Amino acid sequence: MTQAATSNAAIQVTHTPLLELDNIDIGYDGTAVVHGVSLALPEGQIGCLLGPSGCGKTTLLRAIAGFEPVMRGVIHLGGRAVSEPGHTVPPERRGVGMVFQDFALFPHLSVADNIAFGIRDWSRDARTDRVQTLLKLVGLSGYGEAYPHALSGGQQQRIALARALAPKPALLLLDEPFSSMDVELRGDLAREVRRILRAEHTTAILVTHDQHEAFAFADRIAVIHQGRIAQWDTAYNLYHRPADRFVADFVGEGTLIPGMVCTEDRVDTAFGEIQGSMSEQLPPGTAVDVLVRPDDIAIDNEQGTVQTEILDKAFRGADFLYTLKLPDGISVLCIAPSHDNFVIGEHVRLRLDFTHLVVFSRGSGVDCPSV
Amino acid sequence: MSAQPSNPALPATRTISRGRPRLSFSLWSVVAITVALVLALPVLVIFGHIFIPAGEVWEHLRQTVLADYVTNSLALLVGVGIGVLLIGVPVAWLVSMCEFPGRSIFQWALMLPLAMPAYIIAYTYTGMLDFSGPVQSLIRDLTGLGYGEYFFPEIRSLGGAMVMLMLVLYPYVYLLSRAAFLEQSVCVLEVSRTLGQGPFGGFRRVALPLARPAIIAGLTLALMEVLADYGTVAYFGISTFTTGVFRTWYGLGDPAAAAQLSAVLLTFVFILIVLERWSRAKARFHHTSRRYSTLPRYRLQGWKAAAAFTACLLPVVLGFLLPAAQLSIWAAQTTDHWMNARFAELVFNTFWLAVAAAVIAVVLALVLAYAKRMQGGTFTNLAVRVAGMGYAIPGTVIAIGVMIPFAAFDNALDGFMRDTFGLSTGLLLSGTVFALLFAYAVRFLAVSLQTVEAGLGKIQPSMDDAARSLGMRPLQTLTRVHLPIMRGTLLTALLLVFVDVLKELPATLILRPFDFNTLAVRAFELAGDERLAESSSAALAIVLVGLVPVILLSMTIGRSRPGQGAANQRPDAEADAPQKPLPMPAGTT
Repeated sequence: MTQAATSNAAIQVTHTPLLELDNIDIGYDGTAVVHGVSLALPEGQIGCLLGPSGCGKTTLLRAIAGFEPVMRGVIHLGGRAVSEPGHTVPPERRGVGMVFQDFALFPHLSVADNIAFGIRDWSRDARTDRVQTLLKLVGLSGYGEAYPHALSGGQQQRIALARALAPKPALLLLDEPFSSMDVELRGDLAREVRRILRAEHTTAILVTHDQHEAFAFADRIAVIHQGRIAQWDTAYNLYHRPADRFVADFVGEGTLIPGMVCTEDRVDTAFGEIQGSMSEQLPPGTAVDVLVRPDDIAIDNEQGTVQTEILDKAFRGADFLYTLKLPDGISVLCIAPSHDNFVIGEHVRLRLDFTHLVVFSRGSGVDCPSV
Repeated sequence: MSAQPSNPALPATRTISRGRPRLSFSLWSVVAITVALVLALPVLVIFGHIFIPAGEVWEHLRQTVLADYVTNSLALLVGVGIGVLLIGVPVAWLVSMCEFPGRSIFQWALMLPLAMPAYIIAYTYTGMLDFSGPVQSLIRDLTGLGYGEYFFPEIRSLGGAMVMLMLVLYPYVYLLSRAAFLEQSVCVLEVSRTLGQGPFGGFRRVALPLARPAIIAGLTLALMEVLADYGTVAYFGISTFTTGVFRTWYGLGDPAAAAQLSAVLLTFVFILIVLERWSRAKARFHHTSRRYSTLPRYRLQGWKAAAAFTACLLPVVLGFLLPAAQLSIWAAQTTDHWMNARFAELVFNTFWLAVAAAVIAVVLALVLAYAKRMQGGTFTNLAVRVAGMGYAIPGTVIAIGVMIPFAAFDNALDGFMRDTFGLSTGLLLSGTVFALLFAYAVRFLAVSLQTVEAGLGKIQPSMDDAARSLGMRPLQTLTRVHLPIMRGTLLTALLLVFVDVLKELPATLILRPFDFNTLAVRAFELAGDERLAESSSAALAIVLVGLVPVILLSMTIGRSRPGQGAANQRPDAEADAPQKPLPMPAGTT
């Protein structure tokens, strides 16, 4: 099976994928906004489409739901081809649940009727049972008779989730479901929703532009850039093994600094020669950019080897994020515990903690400037 | 402050037409296109006559009266246009943004003239103001002057027609601009105050530009009514296009020339339509904030309150109370003319005709609007637009456009049946209620369509998606999600068409079956015979029935206004409250 732009970390998919996108293009009026996307999601896993706004992630989600036709490629759901050019199984016959950004609760129906909306052909008892189970699962027992407008945003969101889960969909799609929540609540809600999905053994795909949400929620994340999947991988690998400059930039913080490959595990940079297993084997003498994450370097005036000046700092509670200027003018980010409170303009020394080196050959991807 | 808020904070909402393409393509769009084509028939017939060589009658018209038609119609447009703006916008702003004695009554009372057809107010004022009327009699009694010895404006004049029309048409501007003012988020207005704008600065620089599309929409509606008016100008003896079409049809007996004259009139109408579309496309305003909770009004006191009170009182008195009182007096004096079975039959005829027309118009509107929502393709959108153009087209023109093809069909069928089977089918389409209902559907579909489209538009596309993802087919989505949410909107649409049909005069005059009368026709005929007092009962009945939707409308306004929360927890009212301060806006927002 195809893995578009896969990372170097191979994740073996052992089960038959529940959802499989095979090289699909989606577009409006003949112009593709999603290009050649392939991915596979095993049953029971939670995937995520992560990307900046306008990258095509919502379009992709809507195509999976059946709201948008594909121009090219095939979408398989549970082994069945549900979208092909000229053939789109309508959403109501896909068995795909969806939670919308604005929740889209039906204002004329009570909470219980909203949840029961998709299971109206179940027997009355089964329906009532299911509604009660779901209300309990989302922690809103006793709210069945309420109307959506009487609920808070977070409650509406959980009802929207319960409604989508009621028909036991094979696949649940969540379109930026936390974006209208307060920032402080998002992480909690994401974990809470993940718990509910696990309890229901639901396979799900989340669309978001918030990487922390994606990290908290998903088993695997597709970073989408300009309608293409840049990388389909675990959160850990996205951060530590970004497949390209865009992923390196978009996920986490970091700086790309220029360097020159010396040996198979050494690169010469403004820090001097740094060592670590390289993400890509390049011949000595190749001009590269090296990704420096804020946790790859540490301020250490005793053992540090690199002299730097503090340009800026941002207090983040547990730590400071310092912007440091290297002798040749390049600046990098560095995280330091917040009890080390340096002042702007102070000179400090850096210790290098590289274990692996993420390098991008300078000839490639120059269109994607560094941080 | 720019009138074009291209606000970056705007959520990137998908447009419906883009988000929902190509599903269930065939059926919905085929039905929509068929409906639109059938409804476009009269207009196509009229325009078809442009290409028929002009006959002698047309040449005669062109040399004699055409210039009069053009100048008089244009003068009416300009005069009434200015009038409705000067009345409608200020009172709308006063009742929505200011607090003064009587405001809560005025906010619905200002709609009352909607119930008063222009031709009725015209002959009521004529009865009051002409030489033998009470006003001039009083002047003569007080001054002792005789005929011609004092100045009194002639009501039966172009100026008089302008005043009559603006008195009953300003509510279009009032309603739409009031709705627009109310929809404006309190945040936007508060921002303008923090930026140093006082109430009037805020009105001029924020509220007015934001409401401009609505105001222009209201104005174009009023102007279309002006072009469509037949009763007033006919009664006042002013030569305009509509009276000209009538004269050519009946007096000169030349359908082709009548159709050609109609085509010229339609050109004016289309200019208005283009103007309206253009202004709306140019100014598409979104509300960037959904905070409506409290709309603090500017409290007016002293002379300002008195001025506001008077400004709101005058249109109500002149446009409704005074003529209604006069009609009531006349009706009370002529009880024997309406307390009888014949009048009851008249009421009954009119009622079921209007109900039937309203149901037809709303059902067709639902089909079209939903097809557009679902499909959103070029053809469907075009079809919906074409079908919605009827409101702009004067009843006279539609009647001619219905009559010509229907009569041709009847004659052809009758001839064929006679030749083949030796029996006469007579008039199957023309001269029957069917022709009348068809003409009403053509003319008033726009009313229901705009209302229904507005109602549908307020339902987020994600509602459809949610229903679909929960296993509903499109038609089920319509019946289980949209219709329940839109109950109020549908009722509004029904009522609006109902009242419009009730008031409709010219098309009914031309198309009604032999010996079939409606209240409007009866009132107009009696008034034309100078039997003003006798006509009053039918007129009053029209006005009274016309009041029903106005009352219902004012109740709905009170109920669904944003920020009227706590007292009312009805789910549907609450649900669309943020987007729906006014369910009606003649559906024309």
